[in-house]
Amino acid sequence: MGKIEWAMWANEQALASGLILLTGGIVGVAGQFRGWQFAAYAVAAGVFVCLLEYPRSKRSKGTSVERPGQYCFTVCVKAFGPLTRNYYVRAFLHAAICVPGGFMLATVMGCVCLGIASLIYLAAAIRGEKWMPILPKVEVKAPVETMKNPPQNPPPRPPAEFRRKHVDDLEGAAYDNPMSVTADE
Amino acid sequence: MGNFVANEGLSIFVILVWLGINAFLFVHFYMAFLVERWFYTRVLLGHALSWARAPAACLNFNCMLILLPVCRNLLSLFRGTIQYCSRTAARQLDRNLTFHKLVAYMIAFHTAVHIVAHLFNFEYFMDAQLNRNSSLLTFVLSEIGTGDNASFLNPIRTNETNPTIVMFTTIAGLTGVAITLALILIITSSMEVIRRSYFEVFWYTHHLFVIFFIGLVFHGYGRIVRGQTPASLQSNDPELCADRFEDWGKNETNCAVPAFAGNPPMTWKWVVGPMILYVCERLVRIYRSHQKVVITKVVMHPSKTLELQMKKKGFRMEVGQYVFIQCPSVSRLEWHPFTLTSAPEEDFFTAHIRIVGDWTQALYEACGGDKNETQEAWKLPKVAIDGPFGTASEDVFRYEVVMLVGAGIGVTPFASILKSVWYKRIQNNQDVFTKKIYFYWLCPETQAFEWFADLLQSLEGQMIERDMSDFLSYNIYLTRWKETEECESSLSVKSTPTPHTYVLTKSTLWSLVRRLISVFIMRQRMTRLLGLNRRLFMENPTGTTSSTISQQNTPGDRLNFYFSMQ
Repeated sequence: MGKIEWAMWANEQALASGLILLTGGIVGVAGQFRGWQFAAYAVAAGVFVCLLEYPRSKRSKGTSVERPGQYCFTVCVKAFGPLTRNYYVRAFLHAAICVPGGFMLATVMGCVCLGIASLIYLAAAIRGEKWMPILPKVEVKAPVETMKNPPQNPPPRPPAEFRRKHVDDLEGAAYDNPMSVTADE
Repeated sequence: MGNFVANEGLSIFVILVWLGINAFLFVHFYMAFLVERWFYTRVLLGHALSWARAPAACLNFNCMLILLPVCRNLLSLFRGTIQYCSRTAARQLDRNLTFHKLVAYMIAFHTAVHIVAHLFNFEYFMDAQLNRNSSLLTFVLSEIGTGDNASFLNPIRTNETNPTIVMFTTIAGLTGVAITLALILIITSSMEVIRRSYFEVFWYTHHLFVIFFIGLVFHGYGRIVRGQTPASLQSNDPELCADRFEDWGKNETNCAVPAFAGNPPMTWKWVVGPMILYVCERLVRIYRSHQKVVITKVVMHPSKTLELQMKKKGFRMEVGQYVFIQCPSVSRLEWHPFTLTSAPEEDFFTAHIRIVGDWTQALYEACGGDKNETQEAWKLPKVAIDGPFGTASEDVFRYEVVMLVGAGIGVTPFASILKSVWYKRIQNNQDVFTKKIYFYWLCPETQAFEWFADLLQSLEGQMIERDMSDFLSYNIYLTRWKETEECESSLSVKSTPTPHTYVLTKSTLWSLVRRLISVFIMRQRMTRLLGLNRRLFMENPTGTTSSTISQQNTPGDRLNFYFSMQ
């Protein structure tokens, strides 16, 4: 399992947990359950976790697949710099966010799932993984070559087909000077 | 439209039947809890009871179904039987993984509905205990059974608790949390990104299904959903007695105190059959893994492809099938699928394995790929084979003109097909029905599949020797052409009259696809004009999609089209 980037799985798990937390919170608030305040918190926490986890990180090896429409989220998450880049921060953040969810039945599932996501992020952080934004590649224009290679032969230059050396014609492949060369006297 | 029906008709029918059964079970069990027996339960819970029980029934049904599509050996057995009746039906069995995923999504959906409904149920049960007012029917009902702890209705027996604690102290609650957690972990690790890049995570996490099924079977053992016992219904008719709850049990009324009991657990009846079948499936796989497979030749292709030539006693294959390969020295638990690239006419079978991940890299090293000198035969690792699986592309031999289109690694089944057609044509001297093969191959660059390019060249050479150069016509389209590279190094095209290699940019790729599509449309128009029959099939080997269009241009000249890509 050497090449696993745990952060990829942690990201899927955290996104799912965010959705579960959100759903549990909505049920708790809509049903006006006892402890609905925890449910209201879960709605906010769920939305926050979803927004944080929606942009996928760039993989260190292999092609990264973006989630649809994640560019704006990438820009927002990138703006927080080391807070979002470092997975230790994310692990502890998720662990802290999930705790209040444990106090109400509707949000317990979200709490447990987010706790697991936090553990996987911890594993990712220990292995030194980092969140890197997937940004569109800025094309660097190479300077247009105005000068091609200067011609190799002195004039007169025969056309290209005659210049190309043929393997089956070794004698002809040796350079044949159209004019006899004499040293300058 | 006719093509679509012939192609997809059976799949759509199966899906509709499955959805229909789900809908029926949902409605039936919803209504089943609206009867007299559950009257008092509904006083406490309202319709949330039905909303919880209906998805539970659907969950029983879907959990029964989910194990069946992954019993690949049993499916192979089944396929062998129905292939004689209907090839279309046999082809449906190749879509087993798609069905497995659909059923999984349905399980996730019903789990969500079930949990939300039970959240309301827990809340209502708690409310009934907390509003301790003897003039409320809900409280009176909750107090029943406090003495003997057997005939109670409200599973929450005291008001000094909260739903979370109750959940963790009941069998149903604990198993419910455990299996939902297992389900969520299975689903998140089965996302395409994870599955394609980190197969081991997907595979090992998926084994949480064992916990899922054990938890599922024990989920109903606490019998916490309780209805009035039939005996009690005789002495307390809810229609008459519900309003006179303050007088229950008193001598002058004929309303005794109702007694309640839970339903016996039903889930095991649904899932025990598939669980046994799955255990048999795993036993078959273990048995097959112990059958001796000998690696007779290992070829390292420069394009990071490992070719394994193997022999196994009693191994029979058809064209285009795939096998699962396990190498115990690399990993005892992992079986990976690879298309067979040899023809059935050969007395060995080969698989071409690209080195792209942990397992393939380890296999490469175990076969001595990183060493320069040749390996001794006894040093080669032991392997196990499960298979072959997949609907054979035997149809290819039933048509005079065949068009094969392959993209990327989807070209591997065509190696098998081309070799087999070649053997049939030449070595066995059989009168092969197939007269002409058009082969189109789209790939980034041929370096990655240089072994296949070699195969094409050798076939071409042999055809020219036998003066059959018009049997196979192949065109290769490269999508990742680099100007600085020499293309002649990988393809010898100088001897043939027509150039075989084209460079594809994005625009030319699309124009090629449009051209191929227009060829089909043109042929379809022609056949519509001529009023002839068309048949369309969809095949689904592992990881590739292939479609077969068979059309009759003129009577006696039939065209068959195979499309396989990754």
